[in-house]
Amino acid sequence: MSGEPTTQEKTALLVLGCPQVPVQTSIALYLINRLKKAGITPVAAGNKAANTLLVVADTDRHYLGEVMDLDRAVALISDGKRDFDLCFVFIHNDAGVSYAATMGAISKAKLFTLVYGEHYEEQVKKIDFPCTSIAAKAVHNPLPLKKALDEVKPWAA
Amino acid sequence: MGCVESMNYEIVLRDATFRESRDYIKAHFKDFIDVQPGFKIFDVHVIGLPPIAIGLDGDFVIFPYTKPCHGTFLLRVEDKEESARLRAMKK
Repeated sequence: MSGEPTTQEKTALLVLGCPQVPVQTSIALYLINRLKKAGITPVAAGNKAANTLLVVADTDRHYLGEVMDLDRAVALISDGKRDFDLCFVFIHNDAGVSYAATMGAISKAKLFTLVYGEHYEEQVKKIDFPCTSIAAKAVHNPLPLKKALDEVKPWAA
Repeated sequence: MGCVESMNYEIVLRDATFRESRDYIKAHFKDFIDVQPGFKIFDVHVIGLPPIAIGLDGDFVIFPYTKPCHGTFLLRVEDKEESARLRAMKK
């Protein structure tokens, strides 16, 4: 026993949306890397397709840590069995907004919404709950969303 | 959430927005309750913007079920015990 206070590492949950918009996988891996470099443990949660895109892209797990099923993540948080310090919800459709509102209601995490896609402004208008919104028109090219993310620097929060 | 697949459900609305689903319940069912996101119905934690409307019609429970790629479905499931439990929450 050193007697020194133990500091628990911060954790972050990335809630993935439908992977039909290409930038999601790229930005998720980028964000995971930035969080890890800042000493924050990232956990990705998505449906089977969204998770598989990440796992195949990072076969040797250079970036990825824990990956879990999205419904399981919602259940664990709702039941009070697990929570995170930060939560990032990927949004490009109505379901994404619903998941973000849910995370805002069930989790104590500081909530960030990453809004992208062709009609990102339409989704931004639906967000009427407390969160930090990071939004850009990004479909195939992740750079506009990366730029918006870099301006906010949520890993430094 | 495999349990939804094993339920004998009827799809009332498909590929809807969350708001359409809530408006539908409030317009079509006199008997409904509002719950918070994460509330458990059967084995499903409901997803959505609070408050989430759940319709009650006799022994039927009508509730939103959201999937990332397919939006919100409104499902109608007959279950005497679950409808009674939800109805009791109104009192």
